Amino acid sequence: MTGFDFSNYNRNAALHAKGVPLPKATSTGTTIVGCIYDNGVVIAADTRATSGPIVADKNCEKLHYIAPKIWCAGAGTAADTEFTTAIISSNVELHSLSTGRPPRVITCMTLLKQHLFRHQGHIGAYLVVAGVDPTGTGLYTVHAHGSTDKLPYVTMGSGSLAAMSVFESTWKPNMNKEEAIALASEAIKAGIFNDLGSGSNVDVCVIEKDKPTQLMRNYMTPNERGQKERDYRFAKGTTAILNEKVFTKEDLRKYVTVEEISGDPNLMEVDP
Amino acid sequence: MVGHGGLTGMLGEDGIHVDMNHLKSGEVNLGTSIMAINFKDGVILGADSRTTTGAYIANRVTDKLTQVHDTIWCCRSGSAADTQAVADIVSYHLNMYSIVNNEAPSTQVAAALFQELCYENKDMLSAGIIIAGYDPRHGGQVYSIPLGGSLHKQSYSIGGSGSTYIYGYCDANWKENMTEEEGIQFVRGALREAIKWDGSSGGVIRLVVLTADGAQRHLYLPDNGYAGPGATK
Repeated sequence: MTGFDFSNYNRNAALHAKGVPLPKATSTGTTIVGCIYDNGVVIAADTRATSGPIVADKNCEKLHYIAPKIWCAGAGTAADTEFTTAIISSNVELHSLSTGRPPRVITCMTLLKQHLFRHQGHIGAYLVVAGVDPTGTGLYTVHAHGSTDKLPYVTMGSGSLAAMSVFESTWKPNMNKEEAIALASEAIKAGIFNDLGSGSNVDVCVIEKDKPTQLMRNYMTPNERGQKERDYRFAKGTTAILNEKVFTKEDLRKYVTVEEISGDPNLMEVDP
Repeated sequence: MVGHGGLTGMLGEDGIHVDMNHLKSGEVNLGTSIMAINFKDGVILGADSRTTTGAYIANRVTDKLTQVHDTIWCCRSGSAADTQAVADIVSYHLNMYSIVNNEAPSTQVAAALFQELCYENKDMLSAGIIIAGYDPRHGGQVYSIPLGGSLHKQSYSIGGSGSTYIYGYCDANWKENMTEEEGIQFVRGALREAIKWDGSSGGVIRLVVLTADGAQRHLYLPDNGYAGPGATK
């Protein structure tokens, strides 16, 4: 049998009704953005993964491969974004092989929204889909419940408000590649510094017509560990020795008893 | 799970209670003002452009007027995911219909398809849809499908959270057989009031005028009090 098993959902609902809190899933408090420019599209993400108040990974990858010229940024439940993009990437590849044509961004977006709608929001994947295909440049957001939006610039995740404030104040039409990369990474930085759920580095992916896709891992590292001002290791001899007693092997031998175990030694297999 | 604080179905002593009209937390909502009217030469559809997730505006330039066939369109209100899914399915069936029958479907066929989906899946959907279309035999027609999945043929229809503010306006200003210009003024004036009073509605006003000549889009921006630019493309 393939597919998802939701029996735990009913168990959790019953436990919740009794007053037991629901189990917590590892999630990514995230900032992800996307922006169309004159000759292509750029997407960017922060690299912090959290589980509750703990930073689970300081340098995780939130930019997912779908096809050579279609990439996805993921927010929400980490495992769900990973697996849904992998499943759709596989289906997009098979579809491309079957039709003999390069895959389209809208095809990928439709597969994602139908998959997420079918699971009624239980798959917590919030995605930014971006790419270039023979019909032009595409940029979409897909919410966990299966709704989609098409916009020239988008933000998602817990840091989306901080990132959108950057877009809304500095975005302008017909930007070039360098301007778009600068704007997208600036929006991610707003998320990193102003949103508790986002942090660490900026990953950027640039997709342009007739050019290989550039994945710029750690395009910016605005949170590098500084050199420690002081050394907190204590010099040898700092702690005074008050008394000394040396145990020899012979001293310990009296506490150990050795017994021979009777029976067939072949019954127990021992590694060579 | 992020964005999934609460449960929709709560387990009580006598089974699971489901609040049907309550959106799942984190779901994208079309707190909306939508309407469609008949006029002398066809129909006009109108909508605001605001979509919200809680208090946040997820999209301020949304297109809630969705084409399901050449001259059959719909206004969507309720859950964005649900109404998009329903419109996609209807769009697919109407496309198949026109290929099999070598003839464009009537507005009534489209409305009946919408009703089938909305009624049979009423427990799972929060979708309030207005269908408006033009076909050469029946001319312009407006149908509305509210939450329960009933189907009503009307001379004009208003829907969404903002519509409650404009029942009086529409009733006072409605005339049968208006000209295109009068019709546009009626829809634009009504939606301007709905946006003004309803916090969940806002952004731009989008119109689609459906006549024998096909579909014509209009856009009205808040910058100049929804005065223009008007017809586009």
